[in-house]
Amino acid sequence: MIKDKTAIVGIGQTAFGKKLPESELELACTAVLNALDDAGIDRAELDGLASYTQESNSEVELARNLGLGDITYFSQVGYGGGAGPGVIGNLAMAVATGQCRVGVAWRSRKRASGAVRRPWSKSSSSLQEEIAVNYTRPFGVIRPVDEIALLARRYMHEYGATREHLANVALAQRKYANNNPNAQMFAKTLSREDYMNARWISQPLCLFDNCLETDGALAAVIVSAEHARDCRQRPVLIHAWAQGFHSQHQTMQNFFCDDPLRGPSWVAARQLYRQSDIQARDIDVAQIYDAFTPLIPLSLEGYGFCARGEGAAFTENGNLELGGKLPVNTSGGGLSEAYVHGFNLLTEGVRQLRGTARNQVPGAASCLVTAGEGVPTGALILRR
Amino acid sequence: MRLQQCPVTGRLIFPPRPVNPWSPRDKALWTTVSSTGTIWSVIAPHPPLMLDFTDLAPYNAIVVALDADPTIRLVGNLVPEAGAAINAIAYEEIEIGEAVQVVFERINDEIPLPRWVRRMR
Repeated sequence: MIKDKTAIVGIGQTAFGKKLPESELELACTAVLNALDDAGIDRAELDGLASYTQESNSEVELARNLGLGDITYFSQVGYGGGAGPGVIGNLAMAVATGQCRVGVAWRSRKRASGAVRRPWSKSSSSLQEEIAVNYTRPFGVIRPVDEIALLARRYMHEYGATREHLANVALAQRKYANNNPNAQMFAKTLSREDYMNARWISQPLCLFDNCLETDGALAAVIVSAEHARDCRQRPVLIHAWAQGFHSQHQTMQNFFCDDPLRGPSWVAARQLYRQSDIQARDIDVAQIYDAFTPLIPLSLEGYGFCARGEGAAFTENGNLELGGKLPVNTSGGGLSEAYVHGFNLLTEGVRQLRGTARNQVPGAASCLVTAGEGVPTGALILRR
Repeated sequence: MRLQQCPVTGRLIFPPRPVNPWSPRDKALWTTVSSTGTIWSVIAPHPPLMLDFTDLAPYNAIVVALDADPTIRLVGNLVPEAGAAINAIAYEEIEIGEAVQVVFERINDEIPLPRWVRRMR
């Protein structure tokens, strides 16, 4: 176990927006430099690099451009929005076991500039390389939102969830973003009426059930807990981490398994809490992967904040907002701050435990950070 | 309609794959199954979509749980009859739990695409 053996001591980011002038490589380099500055660590000390398989900048290009020295650990985790906590956890293991001393994880993308083609926009010939999509895309189930909408519609049917519940998620996060000047939606308020009248993307999901399109990059610095005591910031300890997916899981198309509404989160959660002194009832604030609003109730159930089928009702009475049962995605998250494959959920978790968040949960001492439900996933429990 | 089946356990397998997950050293066989089921979920995609689907949007897409094994689910579209457009029945008119049956639409010489029509129980 690597419980409390490593800490996040630096976080960095670029601006979030549309059509940023810098390349993905330049954005990545800026985020890494900002994270190192935040930690008070010189780039010459950096010897470990970790990112997502979908990251378009290689470790080599990053190291050549930043003028880094010898790198002794590098790794990537797959499955897009399922990767984040796995990237951090693998790097933490490398630091804890001495494979590297100063590790940096990062993610950079220019999704809002159309720089990267979506997998679902590929031609038919390349689609045939994958198996399961051949049994969904010919019928018009093309985009991630269509796949999640199929699960969401079933979820609503089984448990009596409504669009009001999904609106609770979208509105709570927009409210947080309206108090976060770094959020893309900082200046744009969202009313329940706006939500209800929004255009459909894939019924029953509307525009505001979908995450943003963002250009931007983020990074985090990980060192041993001992090393962390010499750094500039109050260390945020990596208390527990886990990855998981269940038997016969199908990425993004989890209707091809026995129990589709009991997704990978359930497996990651079991493994996470097994290693953790901090259980669901003890967690002060959560950053839950939110490419689409239905992932919040599904994840609340998976990570044990309520029983199965109660995730939608959990969103009622302002429970996700400051002062509620479990403040969730307090920077605005992927729905309203920025969508960078969930990396901004991690940095917000760090700020909450430093006590420097814009929407600070008073005295927050523990934070859950998750990757996406519906894909091979992962989660972290961070603590002060 | 034919699906893969494990020769040892009898379990159906979908989507098809090269190795049989229920007994990996025993090759899956193809077996004819009853082509009836119930609607498990339904959506209506709206643009932005791939070009060929944009003209049809909003259309319906459904997940069907097979009567032969309700944990086997197929994705498809509900149509009033074989060959009809996938936007002929509106999302709002489709209910989860409706009984359906497969029909095949031959989109070219090689590919018969399964669609679904309502059926009386």
